[in-house]
Amino acid sequence: MEQSLVVGCPCIADVKDCLTKVESLKYAQEACYNGTLIVKASSSGLDIGSCNWSITGPNGTIIYVSSSLCMSSTATSFDYKALQRSDVVLYSDFSSCNTTDKFEDGNNSSGTAASNFSNISDDAVDLEASFTLLNNDEYMEEIEKLDFICSCSMDSVKSRGSVLIPIGRLGIILQLLERFALGLESENMKVPIFVVSSVAEELMAFTNIIPEWLCKQRQDRLYSGQPLFTHVEMLKDGRLHLFPAIHSLELLTIWQEPCIVFCPHWSLRLGPVVHLLQRWCKDQNSLLVMEEEVDANLALLPFKPMAMKVLQCSFLSGIQLQQSHLLLKMLQPRYVLFPEVLKRHVTPLDSFDYYSENEKLHIPMVKNSELDITVEVAVQLRYTTLKQQDTNISRLKGELLMEQGRYLLSVGDNQVCSETETKPVLHLGRIDLNVLLVALQKMGMNVTVEEARGDDGLLTASLVHVLEPNKALIKVTDVQTLISTADENLASLISQAVCTNLDCI
Amino acid sequence: MAIECLVLGAGQEVGKSCVVVTINGKRIMFDCGMHMGYSDMRRYPDFSLIPKSNCSDFTNSLACVIITHFHLDHIGALPYFTEVCGYNGPIYMTYPTKALAPLMLEDYRKVMVDRRGEEETFTSEDIVECMKKVTAVDLKQTVQVDKDLQIRAYYAGHVLGAAMIYAKVGDAGMVYTGDYNMTPDRHLGAARIDRLQLDLVITESTYATTYRDSKYAREREFLKAVHNCIAGGGKVLIPTFALGRAQELCMLLDDYWERMNLKVPIYFSSGLTIQANMYYQILINWTSQKVKDTFTTRNAFDFKNVCSFDRSLITAPGPCVLFATPGMVSGGFSLEVFKQWAPSEQNLVMLPGYCVAGTIGHKLMSAKIPTQIHLDQDTRIDVRCQIHQLSFSPHTDAKGIMDLVKFLSPKHVMLVHGEKPNMATLKEKIRSELGIKCYDPANNETVCIPSTNYIKARYSDAFQESSLCPNFKFLKTSSRQDFDSVNSHMRTKPFLQVCDDRMAEGMLTLQKNQNPKVVTQNEVMTSLGLEKHEVKFDHCFPVVYVANSKISLLKQLFERLVQEFPDLNMEDFPEHLQIQSFVVFVCSNEECPHRSEQKKCDAVYCCCSWSLADEKLAWKLISVMKEFRG
Repeated sequence: MEQSLVVGCPCIADVKDCLTKVESLKYAQEACYNGTLIVKASSSGLDIGSCNWSITGPNGTIIYVSSSLCMSSTATSFDYKALQRSDVVLYSDFSSCNTTDKFEDGNNSSGTAASNFSNISDDAVDLEASFTLLNNDEYMEEIEKLDFICSCSMDSVKSRGSVLIPIGRLGIILQLLERFALGLESENMKVPIFVVSSVAEELMAFTNIIPEWLCKQRQDRLYSGQPLFTHVEMLKDGRLHLFPAIHSLELLTIWQEPCIVFCPHWSLRLGPVVHLLQRWCKDQNSLLVMEEEVDANLALLPFKPMAMKVLQCSFLSGIQLQQSHLLLKMLQPRYVLFPEVLKRHVTPLDSFDYYSENEKLHIPMVKNSELDITVEVAVQLRYTTLKQQDTNISRLKGELLMEQGRYLLSVGDNQVCSETETKPVLHLGRIDLNVLLVALQKMGMNVTVEEARGDDGLLTASLVHVLEPNKALIKVTDVQTLISTADENLASLISQAVCTNLDCI
Repeated sequence: MAIECLVLGAGQEVGKSCVVVTINGKRIMFDCGMHMGYSDMRRYPDFSLIPKSNCSDFTNSLACVIITHFHLDHIGALPYFTEVCGYNGPIYMTYPTKALAPLMLEDYRKVMVDRRGEEETFTSEDIVECMKKVTAVDLKQTVQVDKDLQIRAYYAGHVLGAAMIYAKVGDAGMVYTGDYNMTPDRHLGAARIDRLQLDLVITESTYATTYRDSKYAREREFLKAVHNCIAGGGKVLIPTFALGRAQELCMLLDDYWERMNLKVPIYFSSGLTIQANMYYQILINWTSQKVKDTFTTRNAFDFKNVCSFDRSLITAPGPCVLFATPGMVSGGFSLEVFKQWAPSEQNLVMLPGYCVAGTIGHKLMSAKIPTQIHLDQDTRIDVRCQIHQLSFSPHTDAKGIMDLVKFLSPKHVMLVHGEKPNMATLKEKIRSELGIKCYDPANNETVCIPSTNYIKARYSDAFQESSLCPNFKFLKTSSRQDFDSVNSHMRTKPFLQVCDDRMAEGMLTLQKNQNPKVVTQNEVMTSLGLEKHEVKFDHCFPVVYVANSKISLLKQLFERLVQEFPDLNMEDFPEHLQIQSFVVFVCSNEECPHRSEQKKCDAVYCCCSWSLADEKLAWKLISVMKEFRG
């Protein structure tokens, strides 16, 4: 069958083509989309390069929290500090969906106290301390698991059985490799370790050139002049062999059993694992290590009856419920969105909501948006103090630009002439007739006043007749002052007198 | 608000780079180098100038120290500053610099103490303790040093891990380049930086007036010299520092050896340099794209033809190439080998492009072979070997500096790390050609420049919406150009041009104890409870017009006004004309209250009204109309 006919199976050219469109980022590198949104990744600790995202726009910051591991022995640790003080947290760690715990206050003594993560009642330092403590326990548990796998594997090898590890998580593979090297050395055994995968060679070379993406302990190896992983030395002295496929000629020539093999695929349906399982499933001394997430009954069905030992292990793949509460307290977001499926685990919080697939949510946001005004614009401002209120006010004009997710008001290109036209265009308030008359008289005008009444007898306008120095008529209403005169100078004088009566902006 | 730069080193000289910059009150130390030409306290920057009167210690005086790369003239004083002077605050450098700097420092300390017998200013433990305080950063990572200070490293070329540093406090931003190279070389890429809003760029200016051609010719020259020497059975001594140049030259040679199928051994003088190669292998992501692309098949720093050296091999017969530390033949192992090999005419010494005055390397550069070199009063060496000087340097040339400054277009430029007369020339060039203010302060001088500060204001949604509204303007071009058959390929100007110059217009309100807020005019009125009051003018006057004329008065007036004021946008409606707020119509109301003049014969009353904004214009229009004879 032609490959392109297989639905959902893109050819390698498609994959490559797709990847050329991907822009790669470092942790904490700001990528600006369209000048409006700043997208930033921060380490989630799950595996090498895995991350959480923050998107900052003019209306706030949204954090996307994916499956995160607080402590990692290969990848950079979970950088929760980068997620602090956001507006919305989109909580998207589904790893605890199947647990029976309830998402509640990690601090048992405080009981069912209504939790509000936006106010920091707990001491921030205490929070961090208990968070670290939880993480430490969890980390030790993970280490114990790896040690257990290692000791089981050593037992198998000692009884001339082979070990098959179809686990896909790179971090686990790298750690197991190191443990096996140590284990074999202490038992003084020479058992070859094979990694059979089309990307094995590239992967092993690559993991040794990315110190920036690894945890502190790994980086310290760089500073002390060691390779980042022991597999570099293991490759050099022939303890570890990498092969692209199980039918590689070289593999067949150096193949020896017992051995330890890492290969895909965890489903036990694809790749070298199928052949090796068939070879070893009847051997009671051999060992298969798989993740607990896989349904072992189903996966092993074609290989039954199995004499081979099977070790199922569950590795941490996200934040535990107990921790996530502490985490949210530390992050102090204004609003949290939980997946609907976590509903039964979550104790209601103050500002939160549930989201589910294909459903639009409206998030109530009270955000004071801020813009920047350049000094060039600011020096052009002419403030007016309003007559009644304690307010200064100025007309503002400029070009509104969007830069790095912030609005900037700067002097536009075609705003050169603005210096000359600072004339007020807006007048607010009402005319106090007496004040106007005094002002006009001060200017040396001779005036008389007449009241204009409507049919109902109500005052509609005041008419001020100016007789000297020239003739003019001023009609004053609540919302308008109308000056009619043939004398340009007189018109100007009157308008000045009127303006002193109003707030001119 | 201002940016204040205190130059503690590399002011009008090369050596002990160290600039303390205060941006809006935040103080940052860029580089903490030592001067190779001095052996007394002049080798270090004068740190006593740093503390301000109100705080006596360095830790409280500085927000952080940032190191650009691992060369001693940029990092040599750091252990002294942290361990002896007691600076305990944050220190930032890139991953390669953090990995390689201890090697450089330890190598230098050994040469100083163990071989020259000088009193040490810091110990091995000091180096270790100092490096523990360092935070490593990746390129382009935005590091939040504290609430106000952000820094970011950009690729600078020069040496592995060299970085240009962008620092931002509030709205003020600056870049300190450190040493950089604008053209890629055998193992490193060219400097790369984003276009940034900058108040200041502090750039190196080693080659302030030099323009260089392609590097490949000079590389060939180097390879030819080496090949000729070993073909004649000679030994080649390449005194270099352990890191950087050694790897670059070694890549060249290793590649050449492969191509020419040479079997002559290449030696590295100590375990140190071999170890350094391993760092280079891990840090291959920091090299050029070409080197990176091939790392899985063959790591370019996994040298095939390099063997480690044994002391006995100095006198062994046969040709060889030896990399020995330190560079400039200033002492140590390279001097030891030099003493042995210099007397033979067959041999070759490959000197680096730049040697500090006082070193043997510097003497050799100007010497005529054969000659004698005095080591001290009792020792002299007969030099009969060939001397070749490397002419490629990992520094940018003058064009590169100008290109970078032009690209970044900062408001101010400051030159450091160069020679005084050349810097003055470059400074003048930057001022005249780019129109950017430029400074070249000497050591211990301070330069003060203003910094960008924006006024922060809240804004209403209505304001934002109103400024995003299209603001179309329709410009009629004065006359349509006639089609010219010759110029028919030229685009004719359209009769009507449509512009969309969006102008944000609003009101800035300042209330006591509140942040400024930008709102729209309507919002001001509603929020303050004020009503709009219009100030308008009216005037009704007679215009001369013969009633039986075929064209209406308004039409005639319109044509007259267009002729008189071609720049104004006038609209003619059946009953009135409108020019901005100025409206004119024929007044048939005999009792019109705005009339003040007596009717003349053959005249018609025109009633005008306008608002205050168009006061001047209105009177001009009226005077034209009054003189009109229809």
